[in-house]
Amino acid sequence: MIKNPAFGDRRTPAPPPDSPPVTAAPRRAVRSLAGLLGTPVFLLVVCAVLYAWLHGRTLDSIERRSINGQVIGQRLLEHLELVAVSTVLVVAIAVPLGVAFTRARLRHFSGPLLAVANIGQAVPSIGVLVLLAVTYGIGFRMAIVALVLYSVLPVLRNTMTGIQQVDRALIDAGRGMGLTKTAVLFRVELPLASPVILAGVRVALVVNVGTATLAAFTNAGGLGTLIDAGIVLNRMPILLTGSVLTAVLALAVDWLAGLAGRLLQPRGL
Amino acid sequence: MTDTAATPVRDADTMIRLERVSKRYPGHPAHAVSELSLDVGAGEIVVLLGPSGCGKTTTLRLINRLIEPTSGKIFLDGEDVTSVDPDKLRRRIGYVIQQIGLFPHLTIADNIGLIPRTLRWNKKRIHRRVDELLDLVGLDPAVYRGRYPKQLSGGQQQRVGVARALAADPPVMLMDEPFGAIDPINRERLQDEFLRLQARIRKTIVIVTHDVAEAVKLGDRIAIFAEGATLAQYDTPAAILAEPANEFVASFLGRGAAVRGLGLRTVDTVTLEPVELVRAGSTDSGTGHALVVDDAGNPLRWLRPRAADPDPARPPAVVRRDQTLYEALDAMLRSGEDVAVVTGEHGRPVGVLSWSAVMRESHGGPAAPPVETANATGSRR
Repeated sequence: MIKNPAFGDRRTPAPPPDSPPVTAAPRRAVRSLAGLLGTPVFLLVVCAVLYAWLHGRTLDSIERRSINGQVIGQRLLEHLELVAVSTVLVVAIAVPLGVAFTRARLRHFSGPLLAVANIGQAVPSIGVLVLLAVTYGIGFRMAIVALVLYSVLPVLRNTMTGIQQVDRALIDAGRGMGLTKTAVLFRVELPLASPVILAGVRVALVVNVGTATLAAFTNAGGLGTLIDAGIVLNRMPILLTGSVLTAVLALAVDWLAGLAGRLLQPRGL
Repeated sequence: MTDTAATPVRDADTMIRLERVSKRYPGHPAHAVSELSLDVGAGEIVVLLGPSGCGKTTTLRLINRLIEPTSGKIFLDGEDVTSVDPDKLRRRIGYVIQQIGLFPHLTIADNIGLIPRTLRWNKKRIHRRVDELLDLVGLDPAVYRGRYPKQLSGGQQQRVGVARALAADPPVMLMDEPFGAIDPINRERLQDEFLRLQARIRKTIVIVTHDVAEAVKLGDRIAIFAEGATLAQYDTPAAILAEPANEFVASFLGRGAAVRGLGLRTVDTVTLEPVELVRAGSTDSGTGHALVVDDAGNPLRWLRPRAADPDPARPPAVVRRDQTLYEALDAMLRSGEDVAVVTGEHGRPVGVLSWSAVMRESHGGPAAPPVETANATGSRR
């Protein structure tokens, strides 16, 4: 089971019924602002240190060919594209699938479905990539297929868990007052499951940032190309640039997803 | 309403009619509900009472078709609703459950306005309706509209639950243990509020409970269910408490049913004995009940100390004529006397209630409670 780190401290204690709910807000706001800015500041510092280190060295021609603004920008864009496209596809596939398998008609098959998804998660991603490359060829599309296969599980599982944990009494109340099944799904189940689903998307994003480095092996570009080049050419600066930037990107994406989750969370929960 | 020929059971006073309704779950040999027939009059509160697993909740959910009957017919205001669109049917029926089930991600206003919005009312009308309903259940709209359910206490949530059920002004309300999740002290208060509310809105209400006291307090009529949702007795609380139809009903009501029955009769249903009012310091002039009153006519003490009373100046038990015999008995026990002064308007003593009169008239004496009329008008404290 994936533990969702964003979940533990989300809930704030309910205020006493007759006091205005704003009293405790200022201090909490200060604390959450500090927590909010901590990550980006740290990431900027890391980037600055990397830049200063590279600046202090004399790079040879091979290194200069990889470490320059244009190439790094290009790789970063490719990487972001891989992550963005695969995550959008994962959400588009896993959320409807998860919803479908929590409906009465398909509920009994949710176990087998999760088992299949688990297999996708358990197979090493490099293996999936290489197998796909060998079977269907290389390139951007194959890399996307591999990324999707690999990151569909957290979103699928969280969608199903999120919907299953919605209080049955709320669904009963909704149906009993005359909401259609569809209305109950969109107005009650999905909003209430959204924090859990978003947490799954966040995991998928981070997994994709990491896995996308392997796409370099199938000629799909991305920051993995720098790492690969660094290893193959035995050039530490290139290797470090690639891996540090990947790590920074993963943390930045995680931070942004956390922020989005906080903003998108239904009020009143 | 369609043409009358198609609705032969149209009856001016019947709002809900179950006709030989059965429910049987596949794989279960026994019926959850078997051949149940039940009429609920318009504006009436009917309580479905019975032990757990007797099918009373199933019966409730059959009415709004959250559970589809296996056979039988259900009529709502004369219309056979066994084949209409269940979602549309439910919008005409208010539904309150024990867990209350307010949507935590919606404000109180949005919770109440959900069905009106589904019915495509315009915003202004929904806004007005929400304010009106919050007022009706005793919550200040200015304060509570924008709050979220978790910011409310259990009792407040329950009231919002009732307001939400009333949103589209349905003629019928179904309530499944509506006060079950409320602590006993607040429950009493909410029940009283609910009865006052019902006196204003006059809905047809079906309530499920397993609490005999609640059933007696709320119900115009009580349907006692035995195993398999067979109807053991269906009558007014007074009649059921006085004459349980069979051993099952008697044992379900348990001991104390007769005492509970006292809560259903008001003091003025018993023949009162005359009282003589005297000023302080007057001399004893007769043998009746002589009561010393102050200048404003308020009772002070009995003129002649009662034999066993160690404190002659102790104030007498006083009850209003519209209080129940249950309350009168309570006052007598606390004052240590077997009589109580009965007061009318402005607290003036109008007579004396003696325990022996209550005993006499509880067993075949005159002035049996006018059960039918009390039921029809729903007259309560």
